[in-house]
Amino acid sequence: MAILINEKTRIIVQGFTGRIGTFHAQEMIDYGSNVVGGVTPGKGGQKHLGLPVFNTVEEAVDQVGAEASIVFVPPAFAADSIMEAADAGIKFCVSITDGIPTQDMMTVKNFLRRFPKEDRMMLTGPNCAGTISPGRAMLGIMPGHIYVRGNVGVVGRSGTLGYEAADQMRLLGIGISTSVGIGGDPIPGSSHRDILEKLEQDPETKVALMIGEIGGPQEVEAGKFAKENMSKPLVAYIAGLTAPEGRRMGHAGAIISSAGESAAEKVAILKELGVTICPTPSLMGQTIAEVLAKM
Amino acid sequence: MNIHEYQAKEILSEYGVKIAEGGLAYSVVEAVQRAREIEGDVWVVKAQIHSGARGKAGGIKVCRTHAEVEKAAEELLGKNLVTHQTGPAGKICSRLYVEAGTNISKEMYLSFMIDRTSERVIMIGSAQGGMEIEKLAVTNPEAIVKIYIEPAVGLQDFQARKMAFALNIDPAQLNHAVKTIKGCYRALRDLDANILEINPLVLTANNEIVALDAKMVFDENALFRRHRIAELRDNTQVDNREVAAAEAGLSYVGLDGDIGCMINGAGLAMATMDMIKLAGGEPANFLDVGGGASAERTEKAFRLVLADANVKAMLVNIFAGINRCDWIAEGVVQAVRNIDMKLPLVVRLSGTNVEEGRRIIADSGLPIITADTLADAAEKVVRARNEIVAQRA
Repeated sequence: MAILINEKTRIIVQGFTGRIGTFHAQEMIDYGSNVVGGVTPGKGGQKHLGLPVFNTVEEAVDQVGAEASIVFVPPAFAADSIMEAADAGIKFCVSITDGIPTQDMMTVKNFLRRFPKEDRMMLTGPNCAGTISPGRAMLGIMPGHIYVRGNVGVVGRSGTLGYEAADQMRLLGIGISTSVGIGGDPIPGSSHRDILEKLEQDPETKVALMIGEIGGPQEVEAGKFAKENMSKPLVAYIAGLTAPEGRRMGHAGAIISSAGESAAEKVAILKELGVTICPTPSLMGQTIAEVLAKM
Repeated sequence: MNIHEYQAKEILSEYGVKIAEGGLAYSVVEAVQRAREIEGDVWVVKAQIHSGARGKAGGIKVCRTHAEVEKAAEELLGKNLVTHQTGPAGKICSRLYVEAGTNISKEMYLSFMIDRTSERVIMIGSAQGGMEIEKLAVTNPEAIVKIYIEPAVGLQDFQARKMAFALNIDPAQLNHAVKTIKGCYRALRDLDANILEINPLVLTANNEIVALDAKMVFDENALFRRHRIAELRDNTQVDNREVAAAEAGLSYVGLDGDIGCMINGAGLAMATMDMIKLAGGEPANFLDVGGGASAERTEKAFRLVLADANVKAMLVNIFAGINRCDWIAEGVVQAVRNIDMKLPLVVRLSGTNVEEGRRIIADSGLPIITADTLADAAEKVVRARNEIVAQRA
């Protein structure tokens, strides 16, 4: 199983022929992902990396049955590309693009809400590392070789901190069912909660790890969801113990702007909700191992 | 991006919001000249710094003669003002706004911001203005009204009226209030602002609704399409190191500790700083070098971290995904040599080409301390810092 993507998922790359799109498309192909083509408006009909290029996402859906897309389009045009994917019937879209204006994301989310839930495209990102179901498919920019297949579902805002977690688990012989990056922006396509909902339904996933940060209401919402709706244990780490209030720590979303958004406050609330907290970022793998050992 | 009060007021007045007559001054002479140009017998001289709570810090002076304006301008220009929002370093005042005194009969609060939970613009108002809204939210939450705005259709008249009534606006001023409220919303949406706050919005003795203060914060990611806003940037209001970092394409936040950090990725950077704290140290900065950390970029990052005189030891933590550890290692070795770095340096590399990266560090012959794990790296850098402190004592 795994969630969102597997070896059969037909993937297209939006912003296919650009430098970054080309590099990561090749990496995904090398990993074994089923990349079936790409979209670059105006270059339709050409071949790139031996695959067809389309002018529109709709053509890619009609002609090669595209189901999932990954967006490398520059920030000024990325919101438009995401909405094009949703309109064309793409089921799952990963936006790697960093720096999309917040009001554009507000428009995107509003656009997505117009679709009935069963037809609505799932969006992760922007500003994320993508999703990987180890050994099956990678729809992202992560170093695939540090991910081992297994039973831990991971959701996180940060790319490199997600790599750190995957590596700690690998060294302890623990594998991952699917790891989903949701990105560090203030208005993300999907929240921790949205991904936990999927992981709860996935028979391959036994334990979920949430890698959160300071800022925003997401982690607490996810903790409440877990308490009320999850049978599987949830382990969490919240980064940003040393972050001062009102200062943005790199990610546009990582800023403490109201009560309950600091790392210490989030940890206290999550503990209260029964979530197992990783005491330090170097103990993410170890904490997961302990939870698994008790099952 | 923050802008000054006078800039925000200029924008708002274009959107139909009434402001008091005023003018900008860079010098004492100009300040007096502005006062002469404004009719009346009361003027307010306001320090233009990127911070609220300026009144408490002595940054706002009410003057009754031109001589008082002159004295106020002399006091404020060049002064470093410290408020609870600026931090202990304070912010330098190099511009003044001289405004006609307003005869206030009532103070209100009005703001608009992008709300992360609802993913909509939220309009917040209170008939009790002037004080800090955060405090009011705790002491008297019923006094605050929140109205959510549907992004596709925008702020509707009935919502603006609802807010106007919540602000206890007299029916005679209702149309003016609706125009003011809708103007604020349009300014936020048209110009890609994340926050617009008017505190206080006042009713004058002449029954006019006037924005007495104005704060706007803009989305950095949208400045590419808001050239006029981008030009309002005032780097004198931003930490010099953060300006230098932004120019080098690095994300840097100066902090109060003494362990310098260079890390790739914002989440890993925060986690590494957490580890330093848990190991008994305090980070001097947040620094995300990003994905494509070339040798040149690495050296720039090193110079930035070491420019902070408080730094006593430095930690590099890189998890290479698209990056490669061997490239990072070469960059580090080159930076240490070029800068002739004397402080202890701990390097932890992980991910793509890690063995090659470690070999480059080992073969360099430089006294670089290497670490395998996050915990190991944090402990080593805290130990190195403590040794330096002990030696100097």
